[in-house]
Formats: sequence, C-alpha cells, structure tokens
Amino acid sequence: MSDFFGGIAQAARLILTLDPDLAEITLLSLRVSLMATLIASLIGLPLGAWLAINRFPARRTVIALLNGLMGLPPVVVGLFVYVLLSRSGPLGVLGLLFTPTAMVIAQVIIITPIIASIAHQAIRELWADYHDLLISLGATRRQRLITLIVDGQRPMLTASLAGFGRGIGEVGAIMIVGGNIDHATRVLTTAISLETGKGDFEMALALGLILITLAISVNLVLHTLNRTERGSRW
Amino acid sequence: MVSWLSAEGLSVRRGGRTLMGPVSFDLTGDGIAVVMGPNGAGKTTLLRALHGLERRRGDVRWGDAGLAAGRNQAFVFQSPVLMRRTVLDCIAFPLRLDGVARAEARARAEVQATRVGLRVDLGGAVEDISGGEKQKMAMARALIRDPGIMFLDEPCANLDGRSTCEIEDILTQIRDSGTRIMMSTHDIGQARRLAGEVLFLHQGKLEEQGIGDTFFDAPKSKAATAYLRGDILL
Ligand SMILES: Nc1ncnc2c1ncn2[C@@H]1O[C@H](COP(=O)(O)OP(=O)(O)OP(=O)(O)O)[C@@H](O)[C@H]1O
Ligand SMILES: [Mg+2]
Repeated sequence: MSDFFGGIAQAARLILTLDPDLAEITLLSLRVSLMATLIASLIGLPLGAWLAINRFPARRTVIALLNGLMGLPPVVVGLFVYVLLSRSGPLGVLGLLFTPTAMVIAQVIIITPIIASIAHQAIRELWADYHDLLISLGATRRQRLITLIVDGQRPMLTASLAGFGRGIGEVGAIMIVGGNIDHATRVLTTAISLETGKGDFEMALALGLILITLAISVNLVLHTLNRTERGSRW
Repeated sequence: MVSWLSAEGLSVRRGGRTLMGPVSFDLTGDGIAVVMGPNGAGKTTLLRALHGLERRRGDVRWGDAGLAAGRNQAFVFQSPVLMRRTVLDCIAFPLRLDGVARAEARARAEVQATRVGLRVDLGGAVEDISGGEKQKMAMARALIRDPGIMFLDEPCANLDGRSTCEIEDILTQIRDSGTRIMMSTHDIGQARRLAGEVLFLHQGKLEEQGIGDTFFDAPKSKAATAYLRGDILL
C-alpha cells in the first residue's frame, strides 16, 4: 500500500518538475497520435461522408467491411505493418521500421475505420434531414457534399476525437512496429508497460496519470460536444 | 382558356404499386390551386411529382416555359427542413447555392423574413423557434429566389388558429404579387378561404376538379360530396 502512495507522490513530483524523460515520452505520444488522427481524418471523414450520400453496388459491402475493420486487433495491424516495413518486406527499402513514422502508419490503419464509421453514421442522419431540401433547391452533387460537411462539422470533430482517443491509448501495434526504443520510439503506453515490467512503479504511475488525464480530457470534450449536439446548439 | 399547368396521365409508382394517378388536369385560373383529399389520397405525392421530387410517368406541361425550370419552383415541405444554422442563414441558403455573397444573401434573407412577418432573433438557432415561426422561415426560404411557382404541402397542418391565419394572409399576398401557388390541405375551411381551383383526390385518383365556390357549394362526385359533408369514412 505504501508503494502505491509513495508511487503517487513520486509521480506527482515527476510531473510537477517536468521530468525531461517524462516530457519527451509524452510529447512523442501526442505527436504520433495527433499526426495519425490528422491523416486518418483526411481519409476517414470524406470517405464516411461520401458513403453516406452515394449509392453504388458495393456500398453495403464497403460499410460492412468498415465496421468490421473497427474491431481489427491492434497486434495484428502491428504485425502486418511490421512485415510490410521489415528489411525484406515490400517497403523495406524505406527504412521506416522502428521509427515514429511506422507508429503513425499503424495508428492510421487502426483509427481510420473508426473515424469513417462515426462520420458515416452522422452524415447519413444529416443527409436524411436535408435530402429533400437540397434536391428541391437543385444543389449540385458538390454543393450537397459541401453543405453536409459544413453542417456536420461537430459530429465529424467527434469522430476525429474518438479516433485520437483510441490511438493514444493503443499499445499492441506500436510496440511491434516502434520497438519501444528509448529516446526514439518510446511513448506513454509502451513506457508504462516497460516500467511496470521493471518494477519502477513511480515512473509507470506518472505516465499512467498523464495518459488517464489525456483520455479523460478527450472524453470530456466528446461528451460536451455530444450534449451540445443533442441540445441542438451547434 | 390557356392552362398554366397541365398534366396528362401523370402517375407515381413505387415497388410495383401505384401511389398516385394516373391523373390528368388543366389549371387555368389565377387563384391558388388547392389539392384536397383525405389522408393517403396522394396529395403529397402529386405535389412532389409535379416539382420533380418523385420519378413520374406521364406528361407535365407548364404554360410558361420559365416555370418548368427547377430554379423557378419552390417547395415548402409539410415539416419544415431545419438546417443546423441560424434562422437567417437557413433563409439565405438558396442564395448561397446560387453563389451570392454571404453578406448580400443575409441582407436579402432579412427582407424575406420581414415579408413573412417572422419576428424572432434571426441570429438564433432555427430549432429554438416555434412551429409557426419555423413554417414562416420555410416560406421565407422558398420565396428568396423569387420563384414563379410555390408548392406548399399542408402548410398549416400543425399550427393553431392564429398562425394559420397569418400564413393564409401571407399566401394571399404572395398570390397577389404574381407567384403561382399550388398547395395541399385537408382543412376544408382553409380550402374554402383560399382556393381558386380545386383538385380533389381520393385513393390516388382525381375524383373531381372544380372552381372554388362552385366546387364547395355543389360538388359533383360522390366522394367529394361525402368529404365536404364531413363523413369520416369515404
Ligand atoms: N415513401 C413511400 N413509400 C411507400 N408508399 C408511400 C410512400 N409515401 C407515400 N406512400 C403511399 O402513397 C399514397 C399517397 O400518399 P401521400 O402521402 O401522397 O398522401 P397524402 O394525401 O399526402 O396524405 P396525408 O393527408 O396523410 O398527408 C399512400 O397510400 C401512401 O401510403
Ligand atoms: Mg401528405
């Protein structure tokens, strides 16, 4: 028990004194997950919107696939990216394995389906509301898409945040493709797993506190956005 | 007399079932054309088909070629389509689609808001205004492109007496300003007050076409007679 409280106190000290190792790990975590969220949003948001308003033969299959990909086990994604990037793999020449870029790639694969799915759901509802009006007013396909994206900003932000939340807390894939190398690819989740293994609970707890704070902040923002959405204040 | 709108064998089918028609009629008068009939008679379907929102069979001919253009037609849906925008931006939306600059579109939206007697905070959320005000918002939005014809589907369906009166006043003003109006209602009193010409639908078929007072005082068809008498079951 004293371990626990001692750990908390030490963790607080590490955070308050802006411990350099801690700061480095936290910043890399943020950098990787923000970059992954940005890229995944650029792919997932338009894809979700496009799927919501276009009818084509394979549409149902694509949506089912997307929902299926949401449940992709991160470890398997990690393995897949590892094989792709490994020296003998198809993209081995790029030398990306065990770099932050590799971690971004793995996270993009994991969170793009999440972002696309949530965006698809939201834009589909908006499209159902707006459909008759937009058709009646003679809006072009382009204008329809733009209108839905502009008025769907909030739910799409929700989708991106959900993706970020998933990315920052993910450990399996980035452990494999990043390698958890000190001062190179070590992030919050992989460091926690390492420090815990080493028995250094203070560092692990400090990292854990930061991760939890980040996760809770994201969820608070999500919650607020969702509530304002329902309360129809956009 | 030259007709401003004539339909020949107009029908709407969906999934092998005929929802409405075939109907044929000529509209010639300057007054408001009112589509009447009990629930499920096909009023909404007829208006939507004329406006081009339903895939239709048969011929529709506009006496004035200008009216055939989608941009010259406006449609006010039974339940107003609420965009996730301010009242003012909802009204201005059709002009934004036409490429009118935001400031000018808003200025013109204000003019229309005044024209329909919409006295609310135009910068507020459109979902927060009352049902009657939403209906006026939808009418202002429909009027902003200065359409040659305006379709309205049961514009007073959920409104109280006072809002109904206000809407009826606006409709007669619009008619007097030279915009054609074709609307549906199953409020017999309203039809009596507004109708120049009447199309009476029953079970998807046009049972009777008549001129306002003549129709109400001496309906020729059995169905219309029973309906006007207030028989619940036709
Ligand atoms: N989307 C739809 N799919 C299938 N059938 C429909 C659809 N919309 C309408 N119908 C059917 O078409 C017929 C005409 O409906 P319509 O809505 O035009 O009637 P209405 O006269 O407007 O009725 P109300 O007074 O209730 O508004 C009805 O039998 C209805 O069940
Ligand atoms: Mg109807």
